[in-house]
Amino acid sequence: MAVRVKLPTLLRQHAGGESEIAARGGTVREVLTDLEARYPGLTRTVLTREGDLHRFVNVYVNDEDVRFLGALETGVREGDVISILPAVAGG
Amino acid sequence: MTFTEDQVLRYARHIILPGIGGDGQRKLMEARVLVIGAGGLGSPAAMYLAAAGVGTIGLVDFDRVELSNLQRQLLHDTADVGRPKVDSARDRIRELNPNVDVVSHQTLLSSANAFEVLGEYDVVVDGTDNFPVRYLVNDATQMLGKPLVYGSIYQWEGQASVFLPGQESPCYRCLFPEPPPPGTVPSCAEGGVFGVLPGIIGSIQAVEAIKLLLGVGQPLAGKLVLYDALTNEFTTVRLRWDPDCPVCGKHPTVTELIDYEAFCGLTPGQAPPEAERTPAAREG
Repeated sequence: MAVRVKLPTLLRQHAGGESEIAARGGTVREVLTDLEARYPGLTRTVLTREGDLHRFVNVYVNDEDVRFLGALETGVREGDVISILPAVAGG
Repeated sequence: MTFTEDQVLRYARHIILPGIGGDGQRKLMEARVLVIGAGGLGSPAAMYLAAAGVGTIGLVDFDRVELSNLQRQLLHDTADVGRPKVDSARDRIRELNPNVDVVSHQTLLSSANAFEVLGEYDVVVDGTDNFPVRYLVNDATQMLGKPLVYGSIYQWEGQASVFLPGQESPCYRCLFPEPPPPGTVPSCAEGGVFGVLPGIIGSIQAVEAIKLLLGVGQPLAGKLVLYDALTNEFTTVRLRWDPDCPVCGKHPTVTELIDYEAFCGLTPGQAPPEAERTPAAREG
């Protein structure tokens, strides 16, 4: 499946400054694996060493938080938009 | 409460506005809002609340004005550098609208004083710049049963939401169950912040605070607005209530305020990195 991934400012440095990139995969985990292969380091602040989602980073498939779906095993469909959102505290 | 002639003129555009009117304007004049952090987000939030005629505006900030604040913190002027932020903010608000009663809390918000400080207000606006105070304010408002208007910014992007108290309505912990370990996510002092960005997000916070006070429209609860200045895109995602949330879930395990520095991985007594200095309600 080809999906679009929206990157937060924090991760754009790993993707040549792009705010949105294309990726492939049938699940969120596969999409992240694809991204990491093409942009090494991109998922370092998204995934724990054990390969789980950090609890201070949210991943949305369209407008749904995957923690309330199937976490990293959440399926994605052609054309889905995946957004990565780390907690930030600036005010 | 009756309007003076000046007030009728000052608030004329609200008084004729469907959704506010004379009754709504009176509600605003009797309302009490606490703005935590007189900085990037707190500036537009407090100024719009003041202009709208919110009767009492509390300001929490421990810091003094620095030259590097002025690129985005419109509450303060060049001549204010070195003054306590709550003082310059109070002056600015009084110039804008002398009808507003400004209450200054030049204090480090902590578990020891949060209930006392927050307890006097109807709505709390979170404009702090660090995780410990964000979790503290979230937990305290949930425990006190007060609505919290959340906003946060970094570099070119911002987030805003409303956390209503009680079950079935998500809170900050439902959004981010845990803070990032220190050093994982840079602060604005480290990564920079676009000066206009807090103007957008802080204004959204003022909108939501006023809507809550008036009881008009739909509060931004259960939703998170994301704004990217570089692409000029607003995205709204769903924010779900987490039944396992330790604060607002079905079986709360955090029922009193905790040590938020320890929770955020900062050892009490040890000076954290400058940018994450806590527990001051600093803002960036």
